[in-house]
Amino acid sequence: MTTLLIAEHDNAHLKDATHKALSAAKALGAPVHVLVAGANARAAAEAAAKLDGVEKVLLADAPAYEHMLAEPTAALIVSLAGSYDALVAPSTSNGKNIMPRVAALLDVMQVSDITKVVSPDTFERPIYAGNAIQTVQATDPKKVITVRTAAFPAAGEGGLAAIENVNAAADPQVSSFKGEEIAKSDRPELTSARIIISGGRSLGSAENFKTYIEPIADKLGAAMGASRAAVDAGYAPNDWQVGQTGKVVAPDLYIAVGISGAIQHLAGMKDSKVIVAINKDEEAPIFQVADYGLVGDLFTILPELNSALSNPSA
Amino acid sequence: MKVLVSVKRVVDFNVKIRVRPDGSGVELANVKMSMNPFDEIAVEEAVRLKEQGKATEIVAVSIGPQQAGETIRTALAMGADRGLLVKTDAAVEPLAVAKILKGVIAQEQPDLVIMGKQAIDDDSNQTGQMLAALLGWPQGTFAFKVNVGEGAVDVTREVDGGLQTVGLKLPAIVTTDLRLNEPRYASLPNIMKAKKKPLDETSPEALGVDVAPRLKVLKTAEPGGRKAGVKVASVAELVSKLKTEAGVL
Repeated sequence: MTTLLIAEHDNAHLKDATHKALSAAKALGAPVHVLVAGANARAAAEAAAKLDGVEKVLLADAPAYEHMLAEPTAALIVSLAGSYDALVAPSTSNGKNIMPRVAALLDVMQVSDITKVVSPDTFERPIYAGNAIQTVQATDPKKVITVRTAAFPAAGEGGLAAIENVNAAADPQVSSFKGEEIAKSDRPELTSARIIISGGRSLGSAENFKTYIEPIADKLGAAMGASRAAVDAGYAPNDWQVGQTGKVVAPDLYIAVGISGAIQHLAGMKDSKVIVAINKDEEAPIFQVADYGLVGDLFTILPELNSALSNPSA
Repeated sequence: MKVLVSVKRVVDFNVKIRVRPDGSGVELANVKMSMNPFDEIAVEEAVRLKEQGKATEIVAVSIGPQQAGETIRTALAMGADRGLLVKTDAAVEPLAVAKILKGVIAQEQPDLVIMGKQAIDDDSNQTGQMLAALLGWPQGTFAFKVNVGEGAVDVTREVDGGLQTVGLKLPAIVTTDLRLNEPRYASLPNIMKAKKKPLDETSPEALGVDVAPRLKVLKTAEPGGRKAGVKVASVAELVSKLKTEAGVL
């Protein structure tokens, strides 16, 4: 009985999603091996070896895995799957892309986006944008699981696992990487930030995100998010979207500015520890989930909030 | 180029669902049903490819009860040419859906399959990837932009942190994300025309697919509720409460 966790990383660094998915992998009760598939990814493998509760790290270092394209990476995981009872990955865009391909190649029905491990074959997962929670038992002999990282704590360090090199699998050669536009930012990532400030369509423009939201995010060391409406309107980039089909977050503090609170948005943030809502419509559904609500015009409130945060005695 | 789109009949995205008190599932009786929104985007993309002269024929497939035929009619009204209903009253899991679609694809031989990235009922986000795996085809998931060329397609994908573009050999599977396009509303004349378009029927059995579930649903429950908190009167009160009461600043 061993579990294989697929690491999320950028070759140089291990991503926080791996630490969180490791907590879920450990909850299955079996020893955990971590697979780092990448190119020049030794540093990520070394970081994985230090995680508490990791028995062994497998490093598949080959150009084909540089961008973790689904076709070669799934082939690699399938080539290793024989030794494992469970294959686990965080529900990142890589995990969501690769794991169902692995599952189908193994004739396994995947359990997506688990929020709780009830027992080694039984899990809780949200359906209908989190408006219902299903408890499912996986009856396939092998389990393929993706983990909603917001639902699990990050595993700490303290391990000293061996790193073993594994051979690349044959690349199906049907896909190639052509380019990417990844935003570079000094801010924390949305899915691992302690504080998030999100804006809705009421912000009115991308410039207003910059003028009103950004200074507060800077002051709080917060990540910036957005509602689908704000992203669709072009006020914020698509990777900022919080919600059912965007990112699911659970920070210590979530500040929703000018967001009415459609169920699809609530699905992405209602597990935050403290929710603040700022909205001019006092009937907005967001106030039904907010711990602290402030009714008023965001263009007045946000500058006030910014200066209140500058003043330590406030 | 022949394009196949799959469309699922789901509870309308505006409906606030209710969990049955006995924990046996979600109440589906007398609830408004619609085409899965991501599938509307898939149909729209296929229709645009046809309008650009890149696609020659669009086949819309749905798997579900008789009423799923209405979902196919919606796709036909948007511009698909033919429909195929794989009729079953069973709840079909993504792996079985992928196997059924593989069977359909063996008959239809499309060059490109466009599907929604996830259905908004079970939120699995699996079927496209699984279908690609079973066919040995490449996959362009969470598509933001699709550019069909000669024997290949470039798909720009919404990924964590931004966008990624992959080149795929055809035939390929594309799954749609929200920003790929804005689906059209079917016009009344097109809705009338759609009634005359061919809609065939088959079944999982006829395609040789066992749809027995692999996941046993033990229970369906309401999520832990969250109570509305307090309204504060001013920014100063908010900041003070966040510092002293909530302890998050």
